[in-house]
Amino acid sequence: MPGKLKVKIVAGRHLPVMDRASDLTDAFVEVKFGNTTFKTDVFPKSLNPQWNSEWFKFEVDDEDLQDEPLQVTVLDHDTYSANDAIGKVYIDIDPLLCSEAASVISGWFPIYDTIHGIRGEINVLVKVELFNDLNRFRQSSCGVKFFCTTSIPRCYRAAMVHGFVEELVVNEDPEYQWIDRIRSPRASNEARQRLISLMSGELQRKIGLKVLEMGGNAVVGYLQCFDLEGESGLVVRAIGTACTLDKLSSGSAPNTNTHMHPNTAPASNACNSPSKDGKEPVFGEDLTSSSGPPTPFRALPTTSSSPPPFSPSKPCSRQSSSSDTDLSLTPKTVETVRSRPGIFLCPSSPTLSTNTLSLAGSGSVGCGHGSAPRATTPPPPSSIPSYTVLLRKSLSFTDDLLLAASGMGSGGSVGKEAGPLKTLLRQQTQTALEQRGASSSGLLLNAREFPFFTLTSFPPGFLLHVGGVVSARSVKLLDRIHNPALGNTRSYKLLDWNSVTADEPETRDAWWEEIRQEIKSHAKALGCHGVVGYSESTSICEEVCILSASGTAAILNPRYMREGCLDIGITDHRFEEPSPPSCGFCHIPYDELNMPFPAQLTYCYHCRRQKVPDVLFTTINLPQEAAVTGKGCLIQARLCRLKKKAQGEVNATAISNLLPFMEYELHTQLMNKLKLRSMNALFGLHIQISVGENMLLGLASATGVYLTALPAPGGIQIAGKTPGDLSNEHHILTIQKRINDTIAKNKELYQINPPELTEEVVGSPIPEPRQRSRLFRSHSESSDELSELDLSHGKKDAFVLEIDDTDAVEDIHSLLTDAPTPTGFYSCNTEIMPGIYSWTSGVQMFTSVRVFRLSNANLTNQGLNKIFTDLCENLLKSFYFKLRSMIPCCLCQLNFAVAVPEEELIQVAVTAVAMTFDKDQAQEKPADKSTTKGGSETEEQLQFPMELCADASSANTQPSSKISVSSLEHCSPLPEGRSRSLRSNRSFRGSPVTVVKMTPLSFLPGTRIIKYLGIINMFFIRETTSLREEGGVSGFLHTFIAEVFAMVRAHVAALGGNAVVSYSMKECMLMENPNKNQAQCLINVSGDAVICVRETDQEPNPSMANIGQTCASGTDGAT
Amino acid sequence: MAVELDVFVGNTTIMDEEVYQLWLDGYTVNDAVKVRMEGGVMEECEASADVLLSDTMDQYRTFQMCERLLHSPSKLANQLLFQIPPNRQAMLIERYYAFDDAFVREVLGKKLSKGTKKDLDDIGAKTGVTLKSCRRQFDNFKRVFKVVEELKGPLVENIPPIMRLLLISGIMLPLFFFANHRFETGKRKLQYLTFQDFAFCAGQLISNWTVGAVDNMVEDMDVDLDKEFLQELKELKVLITDKDLLDQHKSLVCTALRGKTKAFNEMEANFKNLSRGLVNIAAKLTNTKDVRDFFIDLVEKFIEPCRSDRWTAADMRLYLTHYNNSAHILDTFKHQAVWDRYMVVIKSCIFKMYHD
Repeated sequence: MPGKLKVKIVAGRHLPVMDRASDLTDAFVEVKFGNTTFKTDVFPKSLNPQWNSEWFKFEVDDEDLQDEPLQVTVLDHDTYSANDAIGKVYIDIDPLLCSEAASVISGWFPIYDTIHGIRGEINVLVKVELFNDLNRFRQSSCGVKFFCTTSIPRCYRAAMVHGFVEELVVNEDPEYQWIDRIRSPRASNEARQRLISLMSGELQRKIGLKVLEMGGNAVVGYLQCFDLEGESGLVVRAIGTACTLDKLSSGSAPNTNTHMHPNTAPASNACNSPSKDGKEPVFGEDLTSSSGPPTPFRALPTTSSSPPPFSPSKPCSRQSSSSDTDLSLTPKTVETVRSRPGIFLCPSSPTLSTNTLSLAGSGSVGCGHGSAPRATTPPPPSSIPSYTVLLRKSLSFTDDLLLAASGMGSGGSVGKEAGPLKTLLRQQTQTALEQRGASSSGLLLNAREFPFFTLTSFPPGFLLHVGGVVSARSVKLLDRIHNPALGNTRSYKLLDWNSVTADEPETRDAWWEEIRQEIKSHAKALGCHGVVGYSESTSICEEVCILSASGTAAILNPRYMREGCLDIGITDHRFEEPSPPSCGFCHIPYDELNMPFPAQLTYCYHCRRQKVPDVLFTTINLPQEAAVTGKGCLIQARLCRLKKKAQGEVNATAISNLLPFMEYELHTQLMNKLKLRSMNALFGLHIQISVGENMLLGLASATGVYLTALPAPGGIQIAGKTPGDLSNEHHILTIQKRINDTIAKNKELYQINPPELTEEVVGSPIPEPRQRSRLFRSHSESSDELSELDLSHGKKDAFVLEIDDTDAVEDIHSLLTDAPTPTGFYSCNTEIMPGIYSWTSGVQMFTSVRVFRLSNANLTNQGLNKIFTDLCENLLKSFYFKLRSMIPCCLCQLNFAVAVPEEELIQVAVTAVAMTFDKDQAQEKPADKSTTKGGSETEEQLQFPMELCADASSANTQPSSKISVSSLEHCSPLPEGRSRSLRSNRSFRGSPVTVVKMTPLSFLPGTRIIKYLGIINMFFIRETTSLREEGGVSGFLHTFIAEVFAMVRAHVAALGGNAVVSYSMKECMLMENPNKNQAQCLINVSGDAVICVRETDQEPNPSMANIGQTCASGTDGAT
Repeated sequence: MAVELDVFVGNTTIMDEEVYQLWLDGYTVNDAVKVRMEGGVMEECEASADVLLSDTMDQYRTFQMCERLLHSPSKLANQLLFQIPPNRQAMLIERYYAFDDAFVREVLGKKLSKGTKKDLDDIGAKTGVTLKSCRRQFDNFKRVFKVVEELKGPLVENIPPIMRLLLISGIMLPLFFFANHRFETGKRKLQYLTFQDFAFCAGQLISNWTVGAVDNMVEDMDVDLDKEFLQELKELKVLITDKDLLDQHKSLVCTALRGKTKAFNEMEANFKNLSRGLVNIAAKLTNTKDVRDFFIDLVEKFIEPCRSDRWTAADMRLYLTHYNNSAHILDTFKHQAVWDRYMVVIKSCIFKMYHD
């Protein structure tokens, strides 16, 4: 019994009038934890009662402390009839269980009722006394810190990244239990809220246990979602990245990145690259034999390229034909490296050794990286390898289905009655699972089955190479999650996952398992051993569920990993030639001879030593050290596809047949829009496909940038299929002109003027061919052929769009209809806008929801697309309008969530933050950048001394210090601090309510986070039976969202915080029935509660004073 | 095909002052959109009419949600639903409790009962203020009135900050004062006077003729006129009842005025009449009924005769100054203090009320 929870109810205010006669309320409070309940006295006849109760003490297991929320119910005492509930407050006490987080919860909480919304406030004081439990077999995991932030939290240092953790729990949905027919909507909603709260707690505890097992102490990038599967139950699932974090002593380093630097500076220079890069000039001379790496590998194990075996079973590439031998040799390599670092001849390299990851990615192919749509007409999926692979799962599933269906015969087993069929399917899945389990048992023992990371931003040097986006989707039929532990519906004792025999409930786990396996194999195909920026999502409509997962294949620096976290282990990472951090991640990780998809490779425009693809798609944030030209912008691809209404298997089949085409089209759109903006890389790519009864919606959002290291994109060329037609010809010419104009305009708008463009890129894509040939002499002939091929391809050739029918014309029109952002605005869906570095303190987080009703019954795909595109565009336009007072400003982390709540409804929910920046200083960092870049290149033996000497002279200092300076600057330029202090002094001093800032980003500009207080994960249901009176659906939802914000702020303030970072709204599910005057809405939000103080910049005195103040005054923090 | 739902919620509540004013003025959403379009917001941010409509609806909804809080301004500061910076809160309250002069002019002196509320339609039609806005102002009036009436103890200390703000803004106090004394302001002869005129006069009366004006100890909000002073005013009658005094006064004033104004002849001819008028007003103020008629009396007994003689404002000034000062020279007139206290208000009121 290792914990004592103490609660004190202080007072209430603004209570609603419960007694019409006296216009007053006789309020009392029930405090419940687990099965124990305490009550306060009744405070008669007051709307502002002062209970000042004694301390209510609960003695409980820490397991319960983690799972259960504290439940505070405010009631109105009634002598003659039942007491009326005023409302409830659920308080998650998890933050109190971690010594580093909050120590007390104290403050005003809104009293929330699922029917009436917020009804007054209550002041509660909560403390926990925790006793140490040394039991090794304990089920609790107190002390493991959770962060929603998808980067290393700002006041911590990552000592070790352990890897992927996941867990899911299932239960019956109270809304679908028989008892729901007789209980009130309020009771039903409360049961649901409580259940989800319990399940979240349990999930978090279990993940915590896994983390402890791995030896970590924190979960970063914690992403929890729930799937309301209706009849078939409720699934709460979470993924995250287990880490060991060390707290930085406050004030020592304002910024994690700078802190990381001493360690990572060398690492960031190290670059793992494909085999060809392994040939450092020095060795390249020796390696005259063109037989590929194996030979030199044996000869010079420490220095040359060694194809790392990603998995023993993987067929290896041509180059590394003797993969088994390699495998056995790798440990040796490491030893040598460790014991004799001196062997390195490479004079420039501060680090140990050469490293190579040539990849055996011959067979299967990842998707998304991007050159596939080079094809001019949509070919059938089979001709696009990436898509076939991507969709293998869903397609094969369908096959199974069909097979099963035919097996069942035509005995009228349709729809719901196809029970046996489902069973059959289940069996199949299970056997598949077993097989997998058996075959990969070795892998399982390896513990870190999935080298996935939910992080999207990394300490410098962590990310070595990025392969491209990998994603997998699968269409599943939902079935009731049989849950024997739930016999008693009244007690929500949750199913203990481990105790249940691997029966049906396993399916959800197995489904995700399959998807993850697929992602993993895609990553391998891209020559990568890890997946970063990983996320999972679902879309459910009736009994069909689309499971999606996506991430970015990457090669990571093992320095931060726990051994065995990645399949390759440390063995493969000998640090070879340093590669500039500003371009290293662009270099291809895969073997150029066995490219997983057709892509045009060129030499990096930055270092000119390694190959880069022509475009790069990723799901992560732009690495801080990356060299970027101009500014970025939000790029969205939107798509609607009609589908016949159907049931069960037929429906699933139809959906899985549509998916590949949707993915393809989204991809093509993205690519076209990227070209139109004259950019060459996408970051933060998020593709969402939502399923409705009669349509599928696809929305892909990303932030386009021009990476200096990648080649300039060619234009877009329009070609007609029927050259004879004169009018058509003319038409095409006009379109072509418009496109060219748009490209030119965009270049100007986003300030994309790559400096080298004119001299080198156009003339010869790879400058100084002499050096090049020297460098790569060791290449096999085929390799040379390939590069020749690249050249002959006329690398900058325009991207050709063919117009052969009206559809294509429509497509092009839609391409051009994207309105440019108004002057003064920028937008992106990543954390920060590439190209803007001088943020000022203005921050406005907002949530906006729009629902569009399609009244036209017979719509075409084209018509739908137009409607959907307009919806998104108009939404953006109204943001710009609303936020016009913040100009110059940038909308960051624009997160769109689309849904098809009903047959003819399209719902788009957006959460984002608008941040002001200093226009005059916007260019500051790029300048800094160039010196940094110069610096690192100086270290790199000055391959291009002529070009760089100017830079180099000024850049002899270590690049690490440069970077730290620049990152500091971009957080706090001096004037900003000043304007900020003015503002906060004037407007927020003396306010009785703590101002809590919220942002979906991991930081607040101009401030420094000094403490993380714990995770905020809240789930609310709101229902109304008087929709009209509340101002219709808009009024209803508006109030509800405002209430959710208020409750989040109140919880943060009670924890002593003054901001929420990494805030996100994971779910916003609205159901309405205007005819019945009813509506219901569910919202799930999460984030990290923090204390932040104004950045101490060059004005130590005032800001120091301020920090002291803020710290001292705790809850009423001035920021 | 229609947007069924459209909401935008900021962590810091976004409120456009212009839209707020339109809302307060009782514009419908569509009218407000028109006004905004004419105002040129669209060009400012490349917005379309749709965007404007969506924004206006959203703001209107926000204001409606806020209105409940605005009814008790103290709640606005410590509510949790909307995060509004204090300076914005102040703006919201200030504007919410602002009055249209035209409206207040109509309500001035009327009894604050439900009966009047029915007249809001008429007031609206007469003043051009929308009914919605009239209703808001009227309700505010009553709300503030109620709060003030329930207050006990020193006015300045107990009054809620927001009320103090309103009092200082110079609207509430005159309104309150007029309502309290039920001054007649609605007569046709008084129609030419604006609310500002009345507000100024009220200020003069409050600062000179109330109890608090003398001892600086305002006990409560009943800005009642100083009863003792009103009694003493009866003594001034001697100025018109005593024939010698009246003549003496007249000759003093005429001496001083001679040659200084074109209207001298009229002044001389009317002196006795005018003097009688002013002194009689003073003498009758002990009657509540006559207090009510204070302004109408001033107009009838003094302003109208002067206007018919085409005095200029400067003439008026000159005359009243000398009229006031000459009384001090009268050696048999003993009530100098009362006279000054009376005349200081009368002078400034007449100056204000005498429109050329």
